[in-house]
Amino acid sequence: MSLDQPQLDTSPKVSDEVRKTTCYMCACRCGINVHMKGGKVAYIEGNKDHPVNRGVLCAKGSAGIMQHNAPSRLRAPLKRVGPRGSGEFEKISWEEALTIATDWLVPIRAEAPEKLAFFTGRDQSQSFTSFWAQGFGTPNYAAHGGFCSVNMAAAGIYTMGGAFWEFGQPDWDHTKLFMLFGVAEDHDSNPIKMGIGKIKARGARMIGVNPIRTGYNAVADDWVGITPGTDGQFILALIHCLMKAGKVDLDYLARFTNASVLVNEDPKSDQFGLFLRDADGQPQVIDRRTGALAPWNGKGVEPDLAATHRAKGVTHRPVFHLMADRYLSDDYAPEAVAESCGISAKRIRAIAADLARVAFDEAIELDRQWTDFRGKKHEKMVGRPVSFHAMRGISAHSNGFQTCRALHVLQIILGSVEVPGGMRFKPPYPKPATAHPKPHGKVTPGAALDGPHLGYTHGPEDLLIDADGKPTRIDKAYSWENPMSAHGLMHMVISNAHAGDPYKIDTLFMYMANMSWNSSMNVGGVMKMLTDKGEDGEYVIPHIIYSDAYSSEMVAYADLILPDTTYLERHDCISLLDRPICEADGVADAIRWPVVEPDRDVRGFQSVLCDLGGRLGLPGFVNDDGSQKYADYADYITNHIRRPGIGPLAGFRNADGSGKGRGDVNPDQLQAYIDNGGFWIEHVPENATYYKPFSKDYQNWAVKMGFYDVEQPYIFQLYVEPLRKFQAAAEGIGTRQPPEHLRGRIKVTMDPLPIWYPPFEDGHVDPVEYPIHALTQRPMAMYHSWGTQNAWLRQIHGHNPLYVPTKVWEANGFADGDWAKVTSAHGSIVVPVAHQASLNENTVWTWNAIGKRKGAWALGEDASEATKGFLLNHLIHELLPPKGDGLRWANSDPITGQAAWFDLRVKIEKSAVPNEAQPALPPIKSPVGKGPDELDWKVGE
Amino acid sequence: MTQLPPSSAKKLGLVIDLDTCVGCHACVVSCKGWNTENYGAPLSDQNAYSGAASGTFLNRVHSYEVQPEQGTAQLIHFPKSCLHCEDAPCVTVCPTGASYKRVEDGIVLVNESDCIGCGLCAWACPYGARELDAKEGVMKKCTLCVDRIYNENLPEEDRQPACVRTCPAGARHFGDLGDPDSDVSQLVAERGGFDLMPEQGTKPVNKYLPPRPKDVEPQIDILAPYLEPVAQDGAGFAHWLDKALSALPGGAK
Repeated sequence: MSLDQPQLDTSPKVSDEVRKTTCYMCACRCGINVHMKGGKVAYIEGNKDHPVNRGVLCAKGSAGIMQHNAPSRLRAPLKRVGPRGSGEFEKISWEEALTIATDWLVPIRAEAPEKLAFFTGRDQSQSFTSFWAQGFGTPNYAAHGGFCSVNMAAAGIYTMGGAFWEFGQPDWDHTKLFMLFGVAEDHDSNPIKMGIGKIKARGARMIGVNPIRTGYNAVADDWVGITPGTDGQFILALIHCLMKAGKVDLDYLARFTNASVLVNEDPKSDQFGLFLRDADGQPQVIDRRTGALAPWNGKGVEPDLAATHRAKGVTHRPVFHLMADRYLSDDYAPEAVAESCGISAKRIRAIAADLARVAFDEAIELDRQWTDFRGKKHEKMVGRPVSFHAMRGISAHSNGFQTCRALHVLQIILGSVEVPGGMRFKPPYPKPATAHPKPHGKVTPGAALDGPHLGYTHGPEDLLIDADGKPTRIDKAYSWENPMSAHGLMHMVISNAHAGDPYKIDTLFMYMANMSWNSSMNVGGVMKMLTDKGEDGEYVIPHIIYSDAYSSEMVAYADLILPDTTYLERHDCISLLDRPICEADGVADAIRWPVVEPDRDVRGFQSVLCDLGGRLGLPGFVNDDGSQKYADYADYITNHIRRPGIGPLAGFRNADGSGKGRGDVNPDQLQAYIDNGGFWIEHVPENATYYKPFSKDYQNWAVKMGFYDVEQPYIFQLYVEPLRKFQAAAEGIGTRQPPEHLRGRIKVTMDPLPIWYPPFEDGHVDPVEYPIHALTQRPMAMYHSWGTQNAWLRQIHGHNPLYVPTKVWEANGFADGDWAKVTSAHGSIVVPVAHQASLNENTVWTWNAIGKRKGAWALGEDASEATKGFLLNHLIHELLPPKGDGLRWANSDPITGQAAWFDLRVKIEKSAVPNEAQPALPPIKSPVGKGPDELDWKVGE
Repeated sequence: MTQLPPSSAKKLGLVIDLDTCVGCHACVVSCKGWNTENYGAPLSDQNAYSGAASGTFLNRVHSYEVQPEQGTAQLIHFPKSCLHCEDAPCVTVCPTGASYKRVEDGIVLVNESDCIGCGLCAWACPYGARELDAKEGVMKKCTLCVDRIYNENLPEEDRQPACVRTCPAGARHFGDLGDPDSDVSQLVAERGGFDLMPEQGTKPVNKYLPPRPKDVEPQIDILAPYLEPVAQDGAGFAHWLDKALSALPGGAK
C-alpha cells in the first residue's frame, strides 16, 4: 500500500457558540463551557477562568450532555391516578397542578402551618426555599444535611467557625503534609483532585485514613486502614502524643483559641464548667503583662495558658489545663487504642512524629504584615504546613460530631488553621456559631414563622420544644434528642410523620430527595409508610408533592409531580447567602442560566415556588396589592433584597454594575454574570489572606463586602461552652431539664472537650454475632441518584459488588462470581461479592446508590443496576432496635441528629446464586417509558 | 499489509503519571464526549439504558490491585489508550491502508472511509487499545485529538487532547517525546518513565510514570526527637508549660 496519507482537516469548526454556566452534575459547582451547534448542546468542558475548577472537569461534568438529554426527564406535571407506589399518573396542565397544590396548602397555612413538612433534599437554593418556608409559617423545613455531613459542618462551626468544603480547604500551594480522613471523593471533588496533583508535583506527602484503599487513598503515600468508627480514638491518641511531647503551638493557642479562657472548677457552683465572664459577658483570661484578669479580646492583652485564678472560693483554670488533665492520661495513649483502631501503637506514634516534624521543623513564613484584633502588629505570617480534610467518612457515625471536633482540635493545637500551609477558610467563612442565627419554630396560623428555621443553639433555652418538652419540629430537630441539629433530620421526617410522633402532618412537600430509595434508611419500611392507610382508608400521610427533573424512585410515591428542568435549562444562583463557591483567596458566586430552553412542559422548581408563593400570599412573595412579586426565579435573583444592599448575588450590583458585595439592585445583573463567564470573584487583600478570624485587615474587608455588618473577630473554641450547658442541664442545673431517659446520654456525649465513645450500634448489636463493618464509598464518576441512569457513566459504574477483605473472603471460601447473604440486626440482602486485599480486615463495602429499582430512571427492567446492583440501605434502620421502653431511638448522632449510616454491623455467609440481587422489589410503572437501545449522539454535521 | 513511514522526528504522545492518577475517569468521559461529536463516526452505545450497557471508548481506566510480598496491598489506577507506537503492528496488519501513522507527528489514525471493519488491527494490538464501533462497523481509536491539537478555531491553550485538558489531578501530559528537551521528555527522564510491555517490540511513544514507593516505614526513632515527653506527670507538664511560655516572644512575666 502507498504511504499517501488522507487529507485531514485539523482545524474543524468546534462550535457555533460557547455558553458559560455552572455544572450541576454534583454539588461541586464547577464552571463549564457549553459548546452549542445549531442550538443544541454539542460538548461540555471546564471553564479555565473559573475559580473552582480552573478548566478541568470530572467524568460527571463531561457526561452532562447525557444527563441533559436523558430519557428519564419528566415531561409534564403529573397527577397520581393509581395507588401510591404504582407509578400510574396522568399528565395535567401547570394550572391544574398549581391549583391542586394551592387547594391543599391554603387551609394548612390558615389553620396549622406545621402540617406542611417542606424538605428540599439536595437543594442548592436553600436561602430561597427556606425564605419561602418561613413565609409559609411552617417550622418544618430543612434540606438534606441531616443525612449527609452535618456533624462535620456543625463541629466545624462550633469549634472554629467553619469546616471543610464550602467552608475551607487545605492551603494547596504551601502545605507539605496532607492528611485525609474517610471518603471524600464526592464533595469539593475537582478542587481536591487538583490539590492532590499540586502537592504531588511538589513532592509533598499525603496520608490517607480510610478502612478502604480506593480513590484518593490509592494515591496516598501512606494508607491507614482504620476500623470504622474509631477515628476519634486515633485522633485523640495523636493529640495525646503531641501534647505529651510539647509539640503544640503555644503562642497560637494562647492568642487565637480559648485554651487561655478561664473555666469555673467548682462542682458545687451553678457555673461549674462555664467560662468566667466580666460584667459585659466577655470570657476572661489572665493577661501575662499584668497577671490580672482581662477580657479575651482586650487591647494588647497577652493571654496566659498557665495561670489560674481564684476568687470567692472558686478556682478557675484555663481550658489548656483541662485539656492537659484529660489528654495526657494514658487512657489516650496509642497503646490503649491500637487494638480498637486496628493501627499499631508504633504507627500512631510515627504519624504523630511526622505531624510534629512538618508543623514545627518545616514551618514556613510569608513576608506579609497583618494586625490582629487586639491591635498587635505581626511582621510575618507564620505557617504550620500540615493540612487536613474530612467529610462523611468520619461524620456519618453516632460519635461523628465528637470525632469531627477532635480533628479540629488536632488541627488547632498544631497551629495549622488559617495559617500558610494549613487549612484556610473560604469567605464568607470564617463565621463563628455566635454569628449565625438561632433556630426558630414559633408558629402563627396565617403568618410567617418568627425567624429562620435553622441555626445554632447555645444552650437549653434555644431548643425548639414546648412547655412539656415536646419537639416543635416534625423531625425533632433542636429537641433534647439532638440539641445541636443544625441541618435538621430529613431522614426522620417520613418515619415521624407516619408514627404521628410528635404529631401528624397533612402535606409532605419534597424536592430532589430520593426518599423511597437511596436517600432513606430502611427503604422497604419507608415505602410502606408512604403507602400506608389509616382506618379511614386514607393515606396516613395524606398528601405528597414532589419535584424532580427525572423519573426517580420517589416519583411513584407522590400524588402530585412538579417537573423540574435540567441544569442547562434553568436559572440558579450559587449565593453567598447559601453555599457559595468561594476560594480561600477570593469571594465568589455564580449563576446558572438557560443555555437551552426546555423542550418539555417543565418549569424550574424555584420559579414554581415564586408562583405558589404568590397564590398563597406569602410574605416576601407578594406585592402590597397582593399580586405575585417575582415573575420567576431570575426575577427573584435580580430583585430580592435580604438586608439593605445585600441580595442573592454579590457581584455587579448597582445599576452600573460597580457594586461588589453591597449595592443596589442591578436590573442587568444576570447579563453581567453571563458576560463574565457565569461567575463573579473578588480577591481577598494580601494582608488579609490568612488569620482571617483574628485579622483586623480581614474583618474590615468582610464588613465592606457585606458578609456581616460589624467586625466580629473571635477565637477558636477548643472548649465548646454550649455543649457544657446542655451537659449541665443533664446534671440537674437550670430550669429547662431533659427528659429522664436522655439524661445519662447527654451527660456522656455532650462533653465540652472532644471525647470518643463507641458507635451506638456496637451497644445494640452483638459484635460477636455481627463482626463485620459495612460501608459505602462515593464513586468519583457517579453522584448519588443524580447521575446513575446516565448512559455514559453507567458503563463505568453499572453495578456494584460487595468488596470483601482477604480474611473474610478466605474464611467463607468465596470465589469469583459468588454471591453472599449479608445480614444486619435489621434485615438481609443477597448480593454479588468481589475480593479486595487493600481493605481493613473486618470491613466490607460497596459503591453508594448504584442499585436502582426496576421501572425507575427510564431503564429497562433487565438493567444491571436493578438485577445486580443493590443498596446497603435495606440493612440500616432509621431507629435503633427497641429497648423495651416504648420509645423510638433514632439511629443518629445524639448531638446533631446526623444519620449514622456508617455504624452498620453485619454478618456474611455464602449464598446460592439467585436470579438477581435480593430484595428484588416489583417494578414500578415508568411515567416516561424506557430509553432507546442504541445511542450515537452527534448533533453536528 | 500497510507500511509504516520512516520514523518521524516529532513523536507526539502522552505521559501518564500513575503516582497521581486517582482513577476518576474524567479523561475517559471527556474523550467520549469530544470524539462522539468530532473525528469520524460517533462513539456509539449499545443497551444504553438496559442490561449491561456497552459502548465504544477510546480511553479506559483499569484498576489493578497489587499485593506486595511484604506489606499492604495497593491499588493502581491505569488509564490506557492507543500508545502511538513507532513500530505499530496495527498499521502493518491493515489490509486496506486505513490504519496509518502520520509522517509529520507519528500519530496513528484510522481513515474510516477505507476501514472495512475486519478487526485485524485490534487483534494485532498487544494493548487492546482499539475498539470496533458496533453501530458504524469501523475501527475507533485514540486520535490524540488530532482535530484539537492543531485546531486554529481553539484558543492556543486549548490545543491539547481533551483528556489532558480535563484531567483534574494533572496526571496526563501531552507533548513531543521525540524532542529530548521537551517538558514531557524531561518529565520522563526525571521520574523514570517507562514503556508499557517493551518486550512486544512496538516502541510505544506514550510513557507511564511509576508510582512513588508507598507505606515506607520510617527508619528514625519515633520518640526522639519529635515525641520525647516534656515531663513524666501532670505537675511536670505544668512546670514545662510555665517554662515554655516564658520562653515565647514577649513571654517574660
